[in-house]
Amino acid sequence: MLGTGLLVFREVLEAALIVSIVCAATRGVRARGAWVAGGIASGVLGALLVAFFADVIAAAVSGVGQELFNASVLLAAVVMIAWHAIWMASHGKELATQMKSVGGAVQSGARPLSALLIVVAIAVLREGSEVVLFLYGQAASGAGAIAIAGGIALGVVGGVAVGFLLYFGLLGIPMRYFFSATNWLMLLLAAGLASQAAGFLIQADVLPALGNRIWDTSALLSDASLLGKTLHTLIGYDARPAGMQIVFYAITAAVIALGMKIWGGSPKLAPRAG
Amino acid sequence: MLRTAVLLVVLGLAVLGAGSAQAADFEAKLAIRDHKFDPPQLDVPAGAKVKLTVENQDATPEEFESTDLNREKIVVGKGTIVVFLGPLDAGKYHFFGDFHQETAQGDLIAK
Repeated sequence: MLGTGLLVFREVLEAALIVSIVCAATRGVRARGAWVAGGIASGVLGALLVAFFADVIAAAVSGVGQELFNASVLLAAVVMIAWHAIWMASHGKELATQMKSVGGAVQSGARPLSALLIVVAIAVLREGSEVVLFLYGQAASGAGAIAIAGGIALGVVGGVAVGFLLYFGLLGIPMRYFFSATNWLMLLLAAGLASQAAGFLIQADVLPALGNRIWDTSALLSDASLLGKTLHTLIGYDARPAGMQIVFYAITAAVIALGMKIWGGSPKLAPRAG
Repeated sequence: MLRTAVLLVVLGLAVLGAGSAQAADFEAKLAIRDHKFDPPQLDVPAGAKVKLTVENQDATPEEFESTDLNREKIVVGKGTIVVFLGPLDAGKYHFFGDFHQETAQGDLIAK
């Protein structure tokens, strides 16, 4: 049960961290709970489908279907986050002012919430499909229903708890900096996801690695540790990045920062360097 | 807009994938049996691009994972995957089966 719980925890944690950032970034938006719940529900449904068709996906495109699928959904999430971050840069100041004056719900207006629904769905789908396959294996090798259910409960509760911790921590950021802070977090999240996508494309031999290990900080902070994993999800930390991953990271960060600068207008929200 | 963006990304990657060479200098094979790797230690030449085939002979899914190699890939029950590695510097690279970490452990030695 503990082993099951640990694996479920690791996967739920990754999704929960992303959902937390999305929740913080949509603070004060009317009906955002329904949007986030919709994203999670679609993600769970998608995870079941992906797990069910895992063999079909794996066999597609001469055996690298899994990598291409992962890279595609990751890059789709990157596009959605970029869109939202740039939109927020141009509207965040009004939002913060509005929230301070009415102290609560503000109109969502033309805000691209559907983009964030997709980001939540993708995060849940990616981690969820692994959980489903793992649990299916556990059940098939005769693990008891109680052990499996207990493991799921432990993992989900643990992962979601850390997510809530991050969310409430972020709520502590003063309102005048709040949306620029969450926007920068979204930028780093997107850059990290782009780097992960590059990793899958290298694994599939679709893109050259441009150097397998540009640096190695695994002795300092391992990817396998809890903190390493958390930073991996949040800001794309990688103890041994390939050159191409760094290229993807830098381009994504630069494009979003530039977009925020061009359409942002407000100097407080604009980046110092593109 | 959303659908177009997603579709473009998927199409672009599919084209890339179909067009990629996927050439390797060395081919290595690994089996998973009773949630263990066979062989548990795999030798590959350093400085060569390696095409690693992992065959899962168990009926249950496994995830081939290595933080040393920066690789992770699901292998469904009775399924086979291909993972491209390297060119690697000489050294020991640990890998494991994420779904059965108590038993599924192995090392890749590049020399």
